[in-house]
Amino acid sequence: MACLAIFCLIAVLCLLAPAYVSFANTDPFRASLDATVEINGVEVPVMEESTEGLALGYTPIGPTWQLGNYFLGADNQGRDVMARLLYGGLNSLLISGAATIITMVLATAIGLTAGFFGGMTDTILSRILDVLWAFPVYLLAISLSIVLIAQGIDLGIIVVEAGSLWLPIFIIAIVYIPYIARPIRGQVLALRRSEFVLAAIGLGVPEHRILLRDILPNVSTTLIVFTPLMLAINMLTESALSFLSIGVQPPDASWGTIIQDGQGLLYTRPMVALAPGLAIALTVLVLNILGDGVRDALDPRSKIKLGGD
Amino acid sequence: MKKWLLAGAAALLLTTLSGTSYAEYKAEHRGGTMRLLSRSAGGTLDPHINYTLQYWQLYQPTYDGLVTFKKAAGAEGFKIVADIAEEIPKSENSGKTYVFKIRKGIKFSDGRELGVKDVVASFQRIFKVSSPTSGSFFAGIVGADKCLAEPAKCTLEGGVVGDEAAGTVTINLTQPDAEFFDKLGLPHAVILPADAPAQDAGSVPIPGTGPYMFESYDPNKALVMVRNPHFKVWSEEAQPDGYPDKVQYDFGLSEEASVTAIQNGEADWLFDEIPADRLGEIGTKNKEQVHVTPLTAWWYLPMNTRLAPFDNEKARQAVSYAIDRKALVKIFGGSVLASPVCQVLPPGFPGHEPYCPFTKNPGKKWSAPDMEKAKKLVEESGTKGQKVTIIAEDKAISKSIGVYLQSVLTELGYQADVKPIATNIQFTYIQNTNNKVQMSITQWYQDYPAASDFLYILFGCESFHEGSDSSVNISGFCDKGLNDKMKKALELGVEDQAAANKMWAEIDKAVTDKAPAAGLFTPKHLDFVSKRLGNFQFNSQYYWMVTQSWVQ
Repeated sequence: MACLAIFCLIAVLCLLAPAYVSFANTDPFRASLDATVEINGVEVPVMEESTEGLALGYTPIGPTWQLGNYFLGADNQGRDVMARLLYGGLNSLLISGAATIITMVLATAIGLTAGFFGGMTDTILSRILDVLWAFPVYLLAISLSIVLIAQGIDLGIIVVEAGSLWLPIFIIAIVYIPYIARPIRGQVLALRRSEFVLAAIGLGVPEHRILLRDILPNVSTTLIVFTPLMLAINMLTESALSFLSIGVQPPDASWGTIIQDGQGLLYTRPMVALAPGLAIALTVLVLNILGDGVRDALDPRSKIKLGGD
Repeated sequence: MKKWLLAGAAALLLTTLSGTSYAEYKAEHRGGTMRLLSRSAGGTLDPHINYTLQYWQLYQPTYDGLVTFKKAAGAEGFKIVADIAEEIPKSENSGKTYVFKIRKGIKFSDGRELGVKDVVASFQRIFKVSSPTSGSFFAGIVGADKCLAEPAKCTLEGGVVGDEAAGTVTINLTQPDAEFFDKLGLPHAVILPADAPAQDAGSVPIPGTGPYMFESYDPNKALVMVRNPHFKVWSEEAQPDGYPDKVQYDFGLSEEASVTAIQNGEADWLFDEIPADRLGEIGTKNKEQVHVTPLTAWWYLPMNTRLAPFDNEKARQAVSYAIDRKALVKIFGGSVLASPVCQVLPPGFPGHEPYCPFTKNPGKKWSAPDMEKAKKLVEESGTKGQKVTIIAEDKAISKSIGVYLQSVLTELGYQADVKPIATNIQFTYIQNTNNKVQMSITQWYQDYPAASDFLYILFGCESFHEGSDSSVNISGFCDKGLNDKMKKALELGVEDQAAANKMWAEIDKAVTDKAPAAGLFTPKHLDFVSKRLGNFQFNSQYYWMVTQSWVQ
């Protein structure tokens, strides 16, 4: 429950991003190279010019620890890191959440269809899953991103513009389908031979009804257990793709893009990379523990084991 | 030691003969191992194929051409001097023929003497290995057309003719070329043994004639240069002897780690850009180890003149007026590391005359953006509200510039977005018209010091190739009148380079006015060296002269 509360808190904070931006009177998506900030009554530039020695380079201001006033400092374009962190979190949660929903829906549909109908349907769907499974996840995601990110998708009825958040959502959703669809298929194969399903078939119950009324409820536990884990995995994948510049596109932010921005400032302003890194670590940790908790709560074998201890 | 004495005597003799004074070779600094670092290797080691500054810098003390750029600090390095040829020949046959007398006694690092056959074979090899500049720089040699069509059977018959008895090589051109010696001075035209492989030698070193030779090369690990035991100085200005006994070039360390290694005295220099967050530190704590030198290079913003909205001249000019170049200089690291520009030719380059129409108070220098005028021009162009995508590299600076430009374009009334794509594909991507790139951020570094290398290459009609990854005229700009003028300037250069440069200055202004690209800034090069490294010399053509520095 504590993990669920922490996750909800993170989500609420991210949802408050527009409010924070309005409160801080800052634009997290525009370069503010000439901006100034008041600290202890003194006006200082957000990008501090080196004046000593050879006067090389500019250093963005560090954390002021004053809410609404460059709380976590600025990045290499003078943008408020706190504002970007909240917006980045919003995008990261949105992408991982939407990708999880799409993955679960498609994987469930494929797993149910392949496992229940068997024969040629199962063969074709399983081979497609095998092909997807054959690629290392990140390799497939990176390949798809590189191909699609600059041009977008134009399939006639489906048009996704380059730079749209739907691109990373679709890419992440697609690469993880086999990881859910295969265990679902296996479970459905077993359920298909169970007595209550055979009885329903014998009674002439329509197939779609059997699938929805008899089989789907029996695999729902698996789906519920997988959901927080997929959310965590998708968040990591989104961050990795954005870190490699093939996920969320600038000036939009995600925790991955902020880490990339902070990579060049690790030496002088480590907070730029540290803050989103900690945010990812905390969110993923919370989701994993939540996933374990859900499994323990829903898996009867797990309960027996716990009871035996 | 004896070898050094001979080299020193030869150098002294040449110095006396030529009447030029060169820095005295300081024998007490000879020896030691110089340690260089780079995040990654620079690709093939084949000098006829490699097209990277990283290795062009190393080819200077390892290979020689018929002529070369003078091994001297500063702009003197732009001067062409005789190298394997005894002297720079006068043109014959109305500028279409050159007869080079080959020096005797020059030996490759494997001990064989360089002869006429090696020179002839090397020119054939440029085409046999499909050198990246074979179709551009060397296409004017008689017989080059056949070689380009069938590289494997290249003979350059009638184009490069050797005379063993006279010790000469005659090169015939299809038409006069004022920049022919510049092209011969590039690594793609160095002389290799006649039996050098007729394909990319990859990581296998090919013997050269310079004071150093490549001993080993593992692109995943290191490149090692040691002294060429057969080298004797024949021309101090073309190929002087070096100081370190060995140059160890290690790959794989990150830029951050490399800077620390240099600070700790564990390495002498790094090839890569210094990370932005270390600039302030090294500029204060290690300022004696930092060398900042202006480059003849250009950061610019090509705008596609064949696609909306930049097929409209006013829209292009609006962008040029609106850009705050000072902000971009800030992103690049400050005024010590870059200077704002509006025009094409960089300062100090042949044909450069200061000019900036796209600024408040137009004149010779950029002073501030003129947003009011820019907005007015956008209104007049009728392009307001159109979508614009900026293609940047996924490196920090290029991406930051992209984000900045996006806000400028948004302020101008466009719907702008920025797409950073992998640095190693961005340059070819933005060249290909199939990708319909409207605007991109890129850089151009000179191949050799000639105005045409910027103006004709980047904005000549002949540099535009529809649907090709090699269409370096990224803007797709083709103005027939200006193109003819460029050709006239090229022709004029054969007879009168000074007059040609005046003409190039006019062309520079005309191209700048039409704004097929917005000039952003001229970068400066920053070399960070170890405390022990002495005699740092920066050559305008090939940058830091590695082996002219000492480490002990």
